[in-house]
Amino acid sequence: MAVKITLAAGPAPSPSIDPVCISADLEVRIRKRFLNPEGSFILNVHFRVLAGFTILFGASGAGKTTLLDCIAGLSDPDDGRIAIGGEDLYDSEKKRNIAAWKRRIGYVHQDLALFPHLSAEENVSYGLRTLGAPERKKRSREMLESFRIDHLRDRRPAQISGGERQRVALARALVTEPRALLLDEPLAALDHPTKSSLIADLRDWNQQHRVPILFVTHNGEEVFALGDEVMVLDAGRIVAQGQPHEVMRAPRLETVAHLSGFENIFDATVLALHEARGTMTCRLEKGELELETPLVRAEVGSHLRVGVRAGDLLLATESPHGLSARNILPGTIRRLVQRDVVVSALVDCGGTEFEVHLTLAARDALQLGPGKSVWVVVKTHSCHLMGM
Amino acid sequence: MNWEAFWLTVRLATIVSSLLIVIGIPIAYWLTYSRWRWKFLVEAAVALPIVLPPTVLGFYVLVALGSRSPLGRWWESLTGHTLAFTFEGLVIGSLLYSLPFAVQPFAASFGTVDAELLGASASLGHSPLQTFRRIVLPLSKAGLVTGFALSFAHTLGEFGVVLMVGGNIPGVTRTISIDIYDQVQTANYSSANQTAIVLLVISFLLLSVVFGLNRFGLNRNGLNRRPGAVGPWQ
Repeated sequence: MAVKITLAAGPAPSPSIDPVCISADLEVRIRKRFLNPEGSFILNVHFRVLAGFTILFGASGAGKTTLLDCIAGLSDPDDGRIAIGGEDLYDSEKKRNIAAWKRRIGYVHQDLALFPHLSAEENVSYGLRTLGAPERKKRSREMLESFRIDHLRDRRPAQISGGERQRVALARALVTEPRALLLDEPLAALDHPTKSSLIADLRDWNQQHRVPILFVTHNGEEVFALGDEVMVLDAGRIVAQGQPHEVMRAPRLETVAHLSGFENIFDATVLALHEARGTMTCRLEKGELELETPLVRAEVGSHLRVGVRAGDLLLATESPHGLSARNILPGTIRRLVQRDVVVSALVDCGGTEFEVHLTLAARDALQLGPGKSVWVVVKTHSCHLMGM
Repeated sequence: MNWEAFWLTVRLATIVSSLLIVIGIPIAYWLTYSRWRWKFLVEAAVALPIVLPPTVLGFYVLVALGSRSPLGRWWESLTGHTLAFTFEGLVIGSLLYSLPFAVQPFAASFGTVDAELLGASASLGHSPLQTFRRIVLPLSKAGLVTGFALSFAHTLGEFGVVLMVGGNIPGVTRTISIDIYDQVQTANYSSANQTAIVLLVISFLLLSVVFGLNRFGLNRNGLNRRPGAVGPWQ
């Protein structure tokens, strides 16, 4: 399942900034005890995010939803401060706590929470309570149109598909022009094409409405697809923060590698497209290694990122032949690390290091050890391509 | 068949269950959303009429309405007559007597409205009361109808409280259940039988409507759960 890549070249749409939506930063410094199935944790975070996407990445139970609930005002922190554009929403020292309904923060919950008794249009116009009826109708129609769900406006949530519901939920939150947007795994249930087109819609909206968007996910591929600032939350703490490639690949930080699902992540350049075969050739940034990967919408010379799961790789002790796999890379084992019943082998292939997961039996049968010459076998479709 | 008693009873039940919509919704709202630690005491008090002998309830209502109580004196100074043994007194007694039959279905259906919907409504700028009006009430239609119908049916059939508070004044406080009792006392079994059957059929129809609505009618929103329709057979 590779993320479809559209390289966002060309001029950005001219910024026609609505005066209502002045860029504001969101500052959060809170502590809160929360429970998950594994016990009681303390959510203890301090961060500041600017307009644009910030990805909040973490396993389920890491405290992501608790954090969003606190920002939205649906749940009270134990202490700390939450401020948007300098205005305090919550401050335990000043005993200040603005009610959720006065915060003007858009929140799309994982379960969407569409009102089942209202039509799509009524759901979208729900948050425009303070406007007159004609203006309310005009704005919600515009929003329905820009999300391409205008034809569904009279249907109830139960009568439309999952992807359409997701659009209604997003439209409902965006139409109110919130000061910040909290998205709790809004794309979790969607297939890839739907996902990418929704992300594109969100980006377009964010071009015109420069507000912070906190986007929660536990899907590593989404992190790369969105490609912005990412914060990794683990057991209530932020354990890493930065650009996706810094955070997600560099660290042998085990939680991150495990969460992203890709132990091997490489920067790559597209060398050639083989449209007839449905593949393309990419050169890995460091060293001279070439990989044959699935074809995605990309041009020769463009840069992208390749993720490979350590469990998808094969090791051979003799040069294999007669294999269907397209990539057979000679290398040398640098290190073997045993974790429980999995052996993790670090293999140096001409300057590029691969992590390969093996069983104990495979290690023993092949008599693997540091210094041994091996061939790493990479199936074309084990290569997951991600945008930069 | 004593039509005077019949229409008196229908009038009483209609007034009582309508007033219970007005009184019961705020009480049920409070019971559903309050985080007061002693809330359970109020819950117990509201449920009391279910278990209390109607004569006990009736006795206290009678005392409270009498001219020795502040309420009774206030009413007397206002209207010139006591509340006891009047239709108004009967309404007050019946309100208390049928209160749990309205409040409990209301509260149960408010409680089944998904908390995430309430959170979404708040994030969209609606105060708790606006949320209640636009989300909770419409999604609790089945519970409201159930509460109305149950309190109506319960008031139709009340006996002990009516006898204690209202006595047995034809056209004023003689309801059909008392009329049946009178007819049996005078060995007029066939007339008692007629009235009893009318009461039985009406009550059965009312309950059928309630259960039918819960089963087929009001909860066709698809996404929400069906309040009042939970049980081991589901």
